[in-house]
Amino acid sequence: MTDAEMTEIETGPAKRPVRWHIAVFLAPAVVVYTAIMILPLIETLRLSFFNLVEGQVRFVGLANFKVLFGDPRWAAEFWNALKNNIIFFVIHMLVQNPIGIALAAMLSVPNLRFAAFYRSAIFVPTLLSFVIVGFIWKLILSPIWGITPWMLDLVGLKWAFAPWLGKPNTALIAVSLISVWQYVGIPMMLIYAALLNIPDEVLEAAECDGITGWSQFWKIKLPLILPAIGIISILTFVGNFNAFDLIYTVQGALAGPDKSTDILGTLLYRTFFGFQLQLGDRSMGATIATVMFLIILAGVSLYLFVIQRRMRRYQF
Amino acid sequence: MSKARFSPTRSAFVHLALIAYTLVALFPVFLTIVNSFKNRNAIFREPMSLPTPSNFSLIGYETVLSQGNFLGYFQNSFIVTVASIALVLLFGAMAAFALSEYRFRGNTLMGLYLALGIMIPIRLGTVAILQGMVASGLVNTLTGLILVYTAQGLPLAVFILSEFMRTVSDDLKNAGRIDGLSEYAIFFRLVLPLVRPAMATVAVFTMIPIWNDLWFPLILAPGESTKTVTLGAQMFIGQFVINWNAVLSALSLAILPVLVLYVIFSRQLIRGITSGAVK
Repeated sequence: MTDAEMTEIETGPAKRPVRWHIAVFLAPAVVVYTAIMILPLIETLRLSFFNLVEGQVRFVGLANFKVLFGDPRWAAEFWNALKNNIIFFVIHMLVQNPIGIALAAMLSVPNLRFAAFYRSAIFVPTLLSFVIVGFIWKLILSPIWGITPWMLDLVGLKWAFAPWLGKPNTALIAVSLISVWQYVGIPMMLIYAALLNIPDEVLEAAECDGITGWSQFWKIKLPLILPAIGIISILTFVGNFNAFDLIYTVQGALAGPDKSTDILGTLLYRTFFGFQLQLGDRSMGATIATVMFLIILAGVSLYLFVIQRRMRRYQF
Repeated sequence: MSKARFSPTRSAFVHLALIAYTLVALFPVFLTIVNSFKNRNAIFREPMSLPTPSNFSLIGYETVLSQGNFLGYFQNSFIVTVASIALVLLFGAMAAFALSEYRFRGNTLMGLYLALGIMIPIRLGTVAILQGMVASGLVNTLTGLILVYTAQGLPLAVFILSEFMRTVSDDLKNAGRIDGLSEYAIFFRLVLPLVRPAMATVAVFTMIPIWNDLWFPLILAPGESTKTVTLGAQMFIGQFVINWNAVLSALSLAILPVLVLYVIFSRQLIRGITSGAVK
């Protein structure tokens, strides 16, 4: 592809001299991007069709995928990771994005004092690394330190405490909520920007018609920020189906307890890189990466070709 | 707009909700930093109180600084982040200039090709990236990490910068051409200084994921001499799980640079987001 581009540039229209500078400007970015990102991606997709047969790497067609989806050694882990990943995403959509929208709506109240302070403070967790976030929450939720039971006691809810991160049926929800805590700043900022872009005339017109407060938010502002909500949804989707770091720092590569927090990212890491007694398996790793690629590609295409096209954009 | 319609009770409610959420956002950070300055007993008995002269202790920091190689990790993270940002900005701006300034066949196609990486995460190619790095001897080198992060940052940089470069006036560039400036001089001397605010925005957006990344250091550069601070803190804390003083101090040390950078760049970052740089 790039070679073709280059020759096109070099030959150019017959009359004009060769515009070498275009190639010079483009070359470094295109070379690095192609060599480190695009070619490895293609190579990974290609590797998913190969595996060791009698000690030799051979083309095996879709056999790796068959193994991943159906072989008892792999299928249980894979479907478990996929299911957990979907739950992880659903929790983000149901908790993170509504909270982000609500915070943005409150921040955009005109002449709100300290708005800049709130905005900066709420964005702090988003900047922290997963290592910090993971360990802080591990400590806070730990029964040894007792911060959480103590705080629940203040509101009379001490009975509700349990070592959430250590129990298979609550661990995934707990980890998802930690991730929500960390990332709520992103939907907040993007929605806030979208709300600021709504022109005053539109809101004034609404007020003249007697639409204020809550109904103004639901009837006027929300439809106008739908494109921004679409963007945060697809960003959440890509981020969630590519997540790894938080689970790794909170629950380790085994995504315990009992793989209850295993998602595709951690499964890919264990499969491809190996962990403890498990040896790394390049072909199966590439297969899992390919499945993740297809999932993300499907989500992005759905957004670009279906959702975004149907959405009405208002020009002011 | 009229401000009168916001009744005091309503604005009080908004403040209350925002204060509550601000506490939720900052409380864990506060808790960590406060407790890192206390002795072990106080951490467990009075986790919520500020350090007092009687329970003040720096034992955690002493452990971290004597046991871990944190200065080395900071240096690695710093080198990797700064070098990657510099390359992303330089290469990204050059490509953005080519795409926004000149009409040539394949322009749109090239723009789309470079934009692919905004949505498709580079992580999915890890299997082959590691293979390539092993083949070229770049495993356990900072160069390997810098190359990966440069590739990771380029798509968004090209996208944002080419949007901004379209706004640079044509008259200015043409005046430069009439004065005999080469295309390179026009780019470096006329256009680059004008898009400096956009470059700062791109730098901040590029910096956060690089500084915080755990995946690539773990896979490409896990050696002691090339550990970044994120990976170093992860490993260190893993070894010292029972030493709460050390863990809390290590976390506080890791938070510090991020907070300092945020205080310096927060305006730039927020202006970048709210001006619609990320769309």
